[in-house]
Amino acid sequence: MTDGTHAGDGWFAGLDPSDREAAIERLSAGESEDPADWPAMAIETGYATDEDDYYDRLHDLTLSAARREVRERERADDRQLVHAVRAMDDARRTANELAERVAEWAGSRFDDAGSGVEYARELAAEGPPEPDRSGSDDGISDPGTDRLVALATRTAELADEADELERFVETAAHDVAPNLAAMAGPVLAARLISLAGGLGDLAKQPSSTVQVLGAEDALFAHLSGNAPSPKHGVIYTHEYVRGTRQADRGSAARAVAGKLTIAARVDHYSGERRPELDAELDERVRTIRARGDDQ
Amino acid sequence: MTLPDGVERRSFEGSDRLATQGEPVYGEPTDGEWRAWNPHRSKLGGMLELDMDTGLVGGETVLYLGAASGTTVSHVADFAGPTYAVEFAARPMRDLLNTAEPRDRLFPLLADARSPEEYAHVVEPVDVVVQDVATRGQAAVATTNARFLRDDGRLLLAIKARSEDVTRDPEDVFSDVLDDLRGAYEILETERLAPYHDDHLGVVARPRS
Repeated sequence: MTDGTHAGDGWFAGLDPSDREAAIERLSAGESEDPADWPAMAIETGYATDEDDYYDRLHDLTLSAARREVRERERADDRQLVHAVRAMDDARRTANELAERVAEWAGSRFDDAGSGVEYARELAAEGPPEPDRSGSDDGISDPGTDRLVALATRTAELADEADELERFVETAAHDVAPNLAAMAGPVLAARLISLAGGLGDLAKQPSSTVQVLGAEDALFAHLSGNAPSPKHGVIYTHEYVRGTRQADRGSAARAVAGKLTIAARVDHYSGERRPELDAELDERVRTIRARGDDQ
Repeated sequence: MTLPDGVERRSFEGSDRLATQGEPVYGEPTDGEWRAWNPHRSKLGGMLELDMDTGLVGGETVLYLGAASGTTVSHVADFAGPTYAVEFAARPMRDLLNTAEPRDRLFPLLADARSPEEYAHVVEPVDVVVQDVATRGQAAVATTNARFLRDDGRLLLAIKARSEDVTRDPEDVFSDVLDDLRGAYEILETERLAPYHDDHLGVVARPRS
């Protein structure tokens, strides 16, 4: 370990002692084949004034570097959130489709057949009404009815799973993107992250893109000259957009998209919860809605 | 056996326990500046409690592999000199950061102990390598990290039998791991860490020159 014959440089090699960012980056990403007497070398090359100075710097910088890396790694959970919200949507859509099938089939057999997932739940829980119109004379058990009730049971279970997934999305969204989840609601937050491809991707979008995420068909129709520009994509489900009168809805969508974009950036780059962001959006929407009230 | 400087036996709630001086970390009993070191939660604590000849004197430079949330490494940093704490998992590292913050010679490194190149640009040659990694290939980890040990340094290793192979007799696992270790180390002492830790073997070794 003498006289610099080592395979690799220390983390501080060539760095300006005042450049914290570069040092943190080097601590995280640097490599060396072998260790060396780094403290002595840092002092020799003037990076640190003495051993205490070296260790003080190293302590401060390793804490910052590790903290940042932990945050980056935990942020990788946005992938889990994306999978979960897509699974939730798939489960719900499929449950609805199956419920339609159940209703259609049941309508051909029972007089009082209802519709939707609620009816599938009812049929699954209570079984077919008596007497079974289709029932043959020799008993109540009918293979067609058995299959129909079994399908209704699967449908109800799939709808339950969609609810479970939604509960999971709600918790995960608050972990992954606390500000976005607080402002948009966890499910909309998860949808936005999913549509953008990840929290990092969402944080890099301009707010005008966030405003129309989920309205790609309408946007491309507009771009090819056949339609007006869409005012909103999935953020339509936000009560500040949906609950604002038609004339001001574009302004509300713009305001919501702007603040959600900021929330996503804070979540991605800092991870700290900043409640004042929600208050700013509340205030902005109040102003927009007040416009109409004066008239 | 003598304890390293900075580690003492002190009385906590009527029983004699190992203790170091520093900020409490995991709700351990304290007595003024002193805080009890629970050998049931720390392999190294168990080794000291069992009077193994660790060679620790206090003030040495330490590389700690598998620092987890920092329970043991906090005690090490209390009595040792500069202490480099390597942990691969993000979750425990969060707790380790809180442990490291008030200890100005404890350096947390989020890295994989199986890839020393990831931290050799930060870690200097050390007097002691403490290893407590619960992965397969514990001998390989110790061997590849031998590059950090000074010639007269010590490896203090806790081998977890279940991490290598849950189905085999722990004694067989230990003997295989020790055989693998002998490529890079001379084994000085071994001892089962019961009653503090089941199916763990404490090892003191020094690098082959």
